Amino acid sequence: MDNQNEHLENLAEMRSLMEKSSRFVSLSGLSGVFAGLAGLIGAAALFWFYGTQYYYPDHSNAVYTESGEIKDSFIQFLFLDTVGILVMAIGFGAFFTMRKAKRQGLKVWDATSKRLLINLLIPLLTGGVFGLILIKQGQIQLVAATTLIFYGLALVNASKYTLHDIRYLGICEIILGLLSAFYIGYGLVFWAIGFGILHVIYGIVMYLKYEK
Amino acid sequence: MKNIILHLNKAFESRVRLGIMSVLIVNDSVDFKSLKEMLEVSDGNLASHLAALEKKHYVSVKKQFIGKKPNTSYKITREGDLAFKEHLAALEKLIGK
Repeated sequence: MDNQNEHLENLAEMRSLMEKSSRFVSLSGLSGVFAGLAGLIGAAALFWFYGTQYYYPDHSNAVYTESGEIKDSFIQFLFLDTVGILVMAIGFGAFFTMRKAKRQGLKVWDATSKRLLINLLIPLLTGGVFGLILIKQGQIQLVAATTLIFYGLALVNASKYTLHDIRYLGICEIILGLLSAFYIGYGLVFWAIGFGILHVIYGIVMYLKYEK
Repeated sequence: MKNIILHLNKAFESRVRLGIMSVLIVNDSVDFKSLKEMLEVSDGNLASHLAALEKKHYVSVKKQFIGKKPNTSYKITREGDLAFKEHLAALEKLIGK
């Protein structure tokens, strides 16, 4: 009987070792919540300053010149807004993830987190560059859909290297991105749902599931 | 019952060796330092278990320099993969009974 218990213990330990050595399990749910809040603040800032003027290139306004070109000031705002969101999201994300790793007695920077990052970044950077190309080509209507779809694909790809649940968040982002490509006037709304609300919900669920 | 025990591999009769195989089976290649940290064992202890597994041709060793530092990394061999899976199956059966 003792023997059997010993085997059971060994199996449990082996399973945990396999998990720990191949997946990055320290991603904190709170990172998701704060990334979501940062996204919502960024979307609110865009709406506050520009409303929905960027959907109307046919007459000049705060976004477009008289000849229908996008104004540099708007591109600068978008750039600053995005950088602001990223700094907040990554800053809080890193903070809560490091805190969780410390509590778990794990390292933040090891083979698993490197693998996670690389596999997340390949689709993400592709989407980012493609989004910039769309802006450059004046196809600003599809930027929201594109960023959501590529972000979703990045998460699905990364889910093999971290908590499996992130896959479902990725799938939701992809569906949302595709929907947003249909409803072109509502890019900002979809963006706020995808990067804001979904992250907050995901973060809370993860926090309750793994950290409470 | 006897049959199952036959399938339990003597080479894996240690928690450290089970740990080594568990880590290697889900990773392409793992270096000595990472293995040591994950399994929380001493250098000497880990080295001797690794040597035993290497002798059985269950793991392969690659020694190289990263910059000026020597780096030793380990990989599971096909033989090791098969043997470990068989061992796991036998363990599971044993517990199931």
